[in-house]
This record gives sequence, structure tokens and C-alpha cells, in this order.
Amino acid sequence: MPLESVKEEITEALRKYPNKRSAVMDVLRIAERAAGGHVTKEAMDEIARLLEMRPVEVNSAATFYTMYSVARPVGRHRIWVCRNISCSLLGAEHIIAHLERALGVKTGETTPDKKFTLDVAECLGSCGTSPMMQIDDDYYENLTEAKIDEILKGLK
Amino acid sequence: MEKILLKNLGNPDAHKIDHYVKGGGYKALDAALKLQPDNIIQMVKDSGLRGRGGAGFSTGLKWSFIPKDPAIPKYLCCNADEGEPGTFKDRGIMDWDPHLLIEGMLIASRAFGAARSYVYIRGEFVFGAKRIQAAIDEAYAKGFLGKNIMGTGFNHDMYVHRGFGAYICGEETALLESIEGYRAQPRKKPPFPALAGLYGKPTVINNVETLSCIPAIIERGPKWFSSMGPEKSPGPKIYGVSGHVKRPGLYELPMGTTIRDLIFNHCGGMRSDKSLKAVIPGGVSAPMLTAKDLDTPMDFDSLAAKGTMLGSGAVIVMDESTCIVKMSYIINRFFSHESCGKCTPCRDGTPWITKALRRLENGEGRPGDTGLLESLCTNIFGRTFCPLGDGAVMALRGALKNFREEFLYHERHKRCAV
Repeated sequence: MPLESVKEEITEALRKYPNKRSAVMDVLRIAERAAGGHVTKEAMDEIARLLEMRPVEVNSAATFYTMYSVARPVGRHRIWVCRNISCSLLGAEHIIAHLERALGVKTGETTPDKKFTLDVAECLGSCGTSPMMQIDDDYYENLTEAKIDEILKGLK
Repeated sequence: MEKILLKNLGNPDAHKIDHYVKGGGYKALDAALKLQPDNIIQMVKDSGLRGRGGAGFSTGLKWSFIPKDPAIPKYLCCNADEGEPGTFKDRGIMDWDPHLLIEGMLIASRAFGAARSYVYIRGEFVFGAKRIQAAIDEAYAKGFLGKNIMGTGFNHDMYVHRGFGAYICGEETALLESIEGYRAQPRKKPPFPALAGLYGKPTVINNVETLSCIPAIIERGPKWFSSMGPEKSPGPKIYGVSGHVKRPGLYELPMGTTIRDLIFNHCGGMRSDKSLKAVIPGGVSAPMLTAKDLDTPMDFDSLAAKGTMLGSGAVIVMDESTCIVKMSYIINRFFSHESCGKCTPCRDGTPWITKALRRLENGEGRPGDTGLLESLCTNIFGRTFCPLGDGAVMALRGALKNFREEFLYHERHKRCAV
């Protein structure tokens, strides 16, 4: 039972809605974290049982929303670099190239030590402080190459 | 100008309820609870407030469409899915003044009788979601949420629903599908959400900035609000400026501030003092303008008269070094990525545009690609289920109208003219 350890969080999520299905996004997020960053097939099957949905409906929701990593293991830290218009005007391409060099991976890949997964994002809503990136839950803004090196060094 | 929406931007204590109450917070709720609900709706109508999410529909009128039968459950959904590229204004309210939004939502809920509301916040805004949740918890503890609010018998519960990376959730019916646990694909309208919205019940969906205007309208009156800015789109407006300006950021100014005043006065002018080439006035769906349009007041009607729109008030400024073909590629790549897949013109048309733009940008353009783009615009616009496809076309048409030569240069010379 992959979700046994997060039962309380799931109960809390269910409390917010008049029906069980509405909690599917919250529960997928809880399951993703419990599995170390990605949504497994086993977790989706269990979510289907819990929320009285068909497994394909859970999969359908999980694959629609791009922040879930469905059946794709990721590193301990997920990096999303914004590459949309405002960040692009202020050098997002150089930021992405610098991260690829610093981590030794291409966009979409995970470092061999499983520490970082590097992804790009289409506008993270931080356009006044561009260029920027998100690592896990946090925003890092007004980026420079030197600042990126410091940030990466600071992450365990 | 006295700030209403962003007065606490950057203030490290302002998100706490004690600070908010000390500054007069929740007084507007107290006043609203003493009014007849219909009077609240009338005040919001009289204020002239128009939705700040982009469509600019009268907020009071929207509320008045909700059936009056007290036996029917009703919902309020706050659209905090802020995803239009260039837009970061709602974050300025949610991160720094979450109680302002909560108070606005409570007054709205009282006006049309909603016992339950959801804040639909985009998944990436973890900080904002935590801020709102903490503020909701504080409001419950102080008796501003829950049962018998301020002893008036009004009951209301408020919840945070986090999105998880889908621009389409900013479309109101897609947002409802998402809360109900489905893929966020827009619904057919009619029925409109005012009659059959969340869980099939009457629902109002309002933007964060719209709802945050409500407490001040109640406290200071509709006349005060409508005296600010142009007669037909009054009130304060948050402009979020990004790109090639000296001081990008959020600026709360009277509606109708000109683009020139915003860029050259408030934002300190162009970065590196280069000349301005183009400006997108309302998020990437809004057609771009050029230097000749700088004296346009930024309000719903003045921008519409120029063939563009105020949208989310996200002002993206580009200097002379910017390649419009490249920017168009980036914008359309976004729309094709975010197309929900429901209808063919958008699902297949936006990636087609992106492919042609990628060719042009990479020096692999084919003869006739510029014409192909124009024909794709014609075949998508007005033929999609929701405004996402229209947004993609409006952005591209704005670029083609003002900078067609640049597209042709890419097509003919396989390189950029800039």
C-alpha cells in the first residue's frame, strides 16, 4: 500500500470537497511526493480505489497536468527554467545553456547521481524578476550565471 | 496615488491577520454584513468595476445573474491561475495581502449567497498557496470564516485548490472541470456558470484583482471608485511590466494610464536606452503595438479601439534588438503546448503555426511560409471551442500586421534582419 504513510494528508484533502473525485489532484500530488517525486502506476491504481474512480480516469487527470511526473523518476531536486517571452527577452537561453553545462545534462534529463532533473517551463508568473527558475517549491529570480552556481552549491 | 491593491507589497508582516485588522481590515465585511445582499450587488454595479482577468465584464452584473432562491447551493471560485505569459499581478496580492482577497471573497459570497468558495491557484505558486491557506486558517480562528460569521448567521467555508501546470485552467469552465477532478477542458456555454457551474450549481468565477477591489468599494463607496480613471473602465489597475525597461515590476495606477507614462515615467524608460520596437499591452494574447501607439490610455475600451486588449494588464516591452519572428515563435510554442486538445483547429493548428515559425526562425523557412501563417490564422480564429486558439491568432496577427517585412526577410534570406 504505497499511500499508507500519507493517509492523514489524504483525509484532509477529501474534507475540502463534496465528492471524492475532486480530491484527485491533491492526492496525486501527495502520492508523487511520497514516492520521491514521481507518480507510479501502483499509486494511481490505489488512488482509483480510494476515490472510487476507474484507473484510466486517474491516469487521464495525471497526464493532463504537466507538473506531475507520471512514471518518470526524477532527481531529488526538480529544476524548471522559464523560457517564455519575458525571461527570453532577458536571456533565458543563456540560463538554460549554463545549467546544462553546470549539471552536465540536457534539458529533460536527470544527473547520474540522481540529484537534479532539469526541465524547462512556459512562464512561471515571475516576469518582473526575469530571468528566473523554480527549484522544487521555491522561485529563484533575477538570475545570473554566478547566482545559479551559488544556488546549486547550496542544495543538498 | 494612494495604493489600494498593492499597499502592502514587500511588507514582511502585512500577510498576518493582526496587521490586517489593525489597518482597518474586515471592517468592509462588517459593513457588508449589515447591508441587504442586493444592495452590495448594486454598489458593485454602480462602482463600474469590470473583471480584471481579461474579459472586462461588469462584476456586479455577473453577480446579479445568480438565482436568488436560497435553497440552491451556490459557489464562488477565485481564479488565481495566473498563467498568461507576462502576468504576475495576482501574485503581488496573494503573497503580500492575502486577507484583502479573502475579505473580498467573503463580501462577494455574501452578496449572492455562496456558502462555499475555492481559490484556484496555479500549482507553481507554492508560496502563494501557503500564504492563502495560512490566512484562511487565521480567518477561521478569528471568526471571519466558518459558522455564524461576526454573529450575523452568515456561514461560509473557503478552500484552496491547487492547479498543477495547465494554462487552460484560467478559462472559467476548464477551471470548474479541474476542481471536479477531470482533465481541464472547457465546457460548452450555455449554460453559463451563473446557472450551472461547479457541481452543476450556480457559480461566480472572479479574478484575484477583481475580488480585491471589493472591500474598498464597500468602505469608500461606488462613487469614489468610479471617479478614478475613465468613466467606462474606472478604478485602480495593476500593470505588470516586464522585458526591456529599466525598472520592471508591478505598478498600481489609475486605469487609463498611458503606455508612455508607464514605461518612461514609472519604469524609468528603456533598458540600455535603446529605442522601443514593440509593446504587448495585456499578456501574450494581446496584439502588439508599436512606438506610434505609446499615447494610448491603458483601459479596456481605449486598447480595444487600437485593435488590441487590456487583458491581464501584463505589459511586455521589447527594444530595437528584438526579433519579432523569434518572439512570435516563443509565444506560439506556448499556445501549442497549452492547447487542451479538445478541438481540432486549436489542437492541430497551433502546432502547425509553431512549426512554420520554428522553420523561419532557424533559417529553414520555405517560400510562402508567411502566407501559410496568415492562412492558418484565418482557419483557427473564431472556429475554436474557447478563446485559447483565438489568443494564439491575435498574438500572431498583431506581429504580422506591424512587422510583416521581418517575416518575409526570414523567409527569403534564411536569417534575421535584426
